Amino acid sequence: MNPVNSVTVRQLLVRGMLAGLAAGALALVVAYLLGESRVDAAIAFEESHAHEHGGAEPVSRALQSTAGLATGLLVYGVALGGIAALAYCFALGRIGRFGARPTAMLLSAAALVAVYVVPFLKYPANPPAVGDPDTIGERTTLYFLMMLLSVLLAIATVILGRRLAPRLGNWYATVAAGVFLVVTVGLAYALLPGINEVPEHFPAGLLWQFRLAALAIQLTLWTSFGLVFGHLAGRLLEPAQAAASAGRGSVGAGTAASV
Amino acid sequence: MAHSAASPAIAPSATPVTLPIRAILPWAVFFGVLMLVLLYFVGAEQGATSLMSGENVHEWLHDGRHLLGFPCH
Repeated sequence: MNPVNSVTVRQLLVRGMLAGLAAGALALVVAYLLGESRVDAAIAFEESHAHEHGGAEPVSRALQSTAGLATGLLVYGVALGGIAALAYCFALGRIGRFGARPTAMLLSAAALVAVYVVPFLKYPANPPAVGDPDTIGERTTLYFLMMLLSVLLAIATVILGRRLAPRLGNWYATVAAGVFLVVTVGLAYALLPGINEVPEHFPAGLLWQFRLAALAIQLTLWTSFGLVFGHLAGRLLEPAQAAASAGRGSVGAGTAASV
Repeated sequence: MAHSAASPAIAPSATPVTLPIRAILPWAVFFGVLMLVLLYFVGAEQGATSLMSGENVHEWLHDGRHLLGFPCH
């Protein structure tokens, strides 16, 4: 086994976690600016409708909305960045003739859809006051099950598309694989139980804005991850091209010649 | 160009490398599990299940859980 390959995997993993940290930081800004006011409004609704709220909060709102929020988003970014980098190692050169940076961007788009958007459409993000504490176990199980199914179906779709490509050509293989994904996700939506625990009189506008903010956070996270990780992976895997495209024409040409 | 004769080994494919599965697997297994444990702590610890007693982890990560789409409480 070539030890160089193992080193490359490690280097990509480290870059993925760093890119995930950067993406998490940008998503944190969006979460703070767009999300926190909606969380506060939902908590205000919750408190005005609660019969009795039990005693002192163990963590203050000021900490929850700053340091707590930052912990959540940064750890989430690093963890998903690491997983995405490992998925990237598998995808590189196996999903078609894409270079280092387009592969990173395609993987990020796929991750956004598979890890977040598909589960979100069945079990959307909920603000405080929405959700019955007694069903937390069931809701958590269903959410993670939907996420797992969605990721597995996305991987199956890519493999199916690659298998069909020699027979159908790239275009029709992609269409057929896309139909497979839509039908199987639709079946999962139809078979898994729905959940609606929005309390009566909860403002519809607030719920909509909270869910849009949640989507904006994920869009920020995965777009910036794709761009940052793609840049870092491109510099690692295609140093000559990266230098040339950075505008250092003469240096790039020299490096290309030496390669 | 002088180097064009030497390039064809790399040039035909836009992809720089394809990493062998055997080189990826050890990293994927070890770090994949580690990253999933991190995600579990952000998304679910002291919610549906608890490895640690109390509710400080849940309360600390409260806003992140809601805004990242995890069922919180």
